[in-house]
Amino acid sequence: MARHFGVGSRLARGDGHGGSAIAQTLRFASVALYAWSFLRFAAGAAVIAALLLIATRVSAAEPKAGGTVTAIIQPEPVVLTSALNSAAPTGTVSGNIFDGLVDYDFDLKPRPALATSWETSADGKAITFHLRPGVTWHDGTPFTSADVKWTLENVWKKIHPRNQLTFAKVTEVETPDDLTVVLKLSQPSVAILSSVNSNGAQVLPKHLYEGTDVLNNPYNNKPVGTGPFVFKEWKKGEYIALERNPNYWDKPKPYLDRLIFRVIPDAAARAAAFEKGEVQYGVLSPVPLKDAKRLAELPTLKVETKGYEWLSPFLFIDLNVDNPQLKDVRVRRAIAHAIDKAALARIVWFGFGEPASSPVPSTLKAFHDPAAPAYAFDTKQAEALLDEAGFPRGAGGVRFTLNHDYIPYGDDYKRSAEFIKQALKRVGVEVNVRTQDVPTYTKRVYGDRDSDVALTWFAAFSDPQVGVTRVYNSASIGKNIPWTNGSGYRNPEVDALISSVQGEADPEKRVADFRKLQQIVLTDLPTIPLVELKFFTVHAAGLKDAVTTGDQVYGSLKNAWFETAPAQN
Amino acid sequence: MIVVVLGIATINFFLLHLAPGDAAQVLAGEAGSATPEYIATLRAQFGLDRPLWSQFLSYLGNVLTFDLGWSFRHGMSVGRLILDRLPATLLLMGASVGFAALAGSALGALAGRRAGSLADTAVSTVALLFYATPTFWVGLVLTVIFSVWLDWLPVGGMTTIGAGFSGAAYALDVAHHLVLPAATLGLFYVAVYARLMRASVIDVQGRDYVRTAVAKGLRSHRILRRHVLRNALLPVVTMLGVQIGSVLGGAVLVETVFSWPGLGRLAFEALFQRDLNLLLGVLLCSSVVVVVVNLVVDLAYAALDPRIEVA
Repeated sequence: MARHFGVGSRLARGDGHGGSAIAQTLRFASVALYAWSFLRFAAGAAVIAALLLIATRVSAAEPKAGGTVTAIIQPEPVVLTSALNSAAPTGTVSGNIFDGLVDYDFDLKPRPALATSWETSADGKAITFHLRPGVTWHDGTPFTSADVKWTLENVWKKIHPRNQLTFAKVTEVETPDDLTVVLKLSQPSVAILSSVNSNGAQVLPKHLYEGTDVLNNPYNNKPVGTGPFVFKEWKKGEYIALERNPNYWDKPKPYLDRLIFRVIPDAAARAAAFEKGEVQYGVLSPVPLKDAKRLAELPTLKVETKGYEWLSPFLFIDLNVDNPQLKDVRVRRAIAHAIDKAALARIVWFGFGEPASSPVPSTLKAFHDPAAPAYAFDTKQAEALLDEAGFPRGAGGVRFTLNHDYIPYGDDYKRSAEFIKQALKRVGVEVNVRTQDVPTYTKRVYGDRDSDVALTWFAAFSDPQVGVTRVYNSASIGKNIPWTNGSGYRNPEVDALISSVQGEADPEKRVADFRKLQQIVLTDLPTIPLVELKFFTVHAAGLKDAVTTGDQVYGSLKNAWFETAPAQN
Repeated sequence: MIVVVLGIATINFFLLHLAPGDAAQVLAGEAGSATPEYIATLRAQFGLDRPLWSQFLSYLGNVLTFDLGWSFRHGMSVGRLILDRLPATLLLMGASVGFAALAGSALGALAGRRAGSLADTAVSTVALLFYATPTFWVGLVLTVIFSVWLDWLPVGGMTTIGAGFSGAAYALDVAHHLVLPAATLGLFYVAVYARLMRASVIDVQGRDYVRTAVAKGLRSHRILRRHVLRNALLPVVTMLGVQIGSVLGGAVLVETVFSWPGLGRLAFEALFQRDLNLLLGVLLCSSVVVVVVNLVVDLAYAALDPRIEVA
């Protein structure tokens, strides 16, 4: 789902979905924009000093109420309830309408939201949530434990694509009173507490959904939530408008009067809208990477890479272990040695990423294993391994040829594929890069298994059980389920570890299991982790406290306030 | 005509089903780690588990009863989705084609009348420039100049969100947003029509009936209007008919660049999302538009040139 989040969004982010043909040509326009930015910079220079003065003087001020934030949403969501659809744009809008039981700080520790406190029983087989009293749905109906129980039993366990696994061990939900929910588990399930924010486990209003066809319920497109903003209007193809919830439990929040998500499908137009001040907020890297650098230098805008800790996205390649060359582990290791990850992060990703050494990103400090086998950039070693595997350089210096498919979410992924092509060419492996749209890509990699090297990104999430184990779980091979095991790697020991971490209550034992998992998969190397991606948020400099949680990308703007209101268009 | 439209519908249906992947897979892909049960549930709900011929028969039945089907992606009926977007596209199309036809014909006539003059060279050069420049690039440059730089016009969208205008203020607001996309989409066609009109005027001016008119001593103003322009317009009208269809294609780019909530973008997104019901609906509607426009063009011929009769 991770990808779902991000992924979906990248799609339409304009560069990919919106039209990769368009995106290419947009490059020309950036020249014009560039020239303009210099002019503007010079002109604005005089003003900057004054602005800075003002800024320092008021920065300690109390939040001010009022104002409208116009945000970018791209691509346009399909529905507005993330309980039913975990795509990225849905999550970004929905997080403002629905509060979660908790949200997560930058260290991914849960903080109270709809639940004021929670505890796990000593044997790990019961989790109790104490709900906040006095919370109402936007239609005035009280929010109670019955809503949580109903949603868990009918939506999370039956419809939600990721939670069916996360909540699989829940056998019974008890509601001793209106404000207490007890989950009875067949086995301990630690991962639950890392995905009960408004995106991971969104609670739906039972009184509007019970007894209906949940997937086609009209409230999916005009949601009634518990969050800081109330759904007002959705004009398809144009915008989604939300208004301040005057009865919000966390008074005096939210500070903003209105929140409007505008659909702007073209990447260059999004950059122009930020520059002009027509929009003040956009998540999931709303402008091309090269524009991000430029926009970050403008005094009116800020580029922020925090708020994605809960996602922890990482870029990697799946190596098809059924391929005649790639089935030899020496060939896979040679490929790892041939790719300079630091250069990939620096050049292709404009520094919005760090080289990755493990499928468990270093942002998941507890689980990441810094001692797992690493493959330093070393083309000599790569060539030696390829020779040893019995693939000497043939005519024209070519050892063999591989087909490489990249996830079609825009230029950044395409350039990464081209980078890999060049890197492997140096060690005598010819790479044939193939381009296609998303449905074709997922069918090829996860269904037909017709790809040799497949580039993609996943979100690891705060517990690797949720986001990482799917990469290696052999149960999903060739079943055409997007974003699962694309390499075809089968290892009974790994499968056993994956099922063991799901039912393990002892946190230290789980960490040990995850480290062992990293040791094995980095030795066998069916996938090569490349870059820990840093998505970014762009917001107006005058919009304060826009990024306050580790899951901000799918959280709400309840803390945000305008120091200087933008000129509204 | 009905046969033509039905034929188009049939070809569309099978052509689109050649694309790999389906809507259930795209939705599951966006949702992340979906289970096989989840995908199967979606397929069954969308009717994608039925054999192709059975899907085709029910589609054909729906078309014959003017029911365009249901978009599972949007959770709305296709007819409703299209009707929501149609006015925006018609407005953009009408404005740009109108602008292009008027400005293009005027410039072309001017250039043709004074072939070889400075004005002719200027018009021909500018026309060539716009003819050769990609539409979306023109759009982006116009955005940078008129929105970001001069701050005269909005970057995109169709209305000022939340302004709550009504009546004349609303129309003015939409017009304000319409200027850039219509100009962008129109400039390419201005170039086409200007070049066509210029060639046509030069050709007609050399005809015997024009020489006769001159010999009769008619005023040049009257010759231009009654004899030259009227005849010279025929190829332009032909081109207009042919191009109405392709304007929808150009609209995809312009609607994307300017966040214009039109049909072109809807179709484009539907393709990537494998929302085939919706895509079929949009294609069917556009083919109806093209068929109707061609009919109108044929009628216009008869009006412009009495020698042509409506058969």
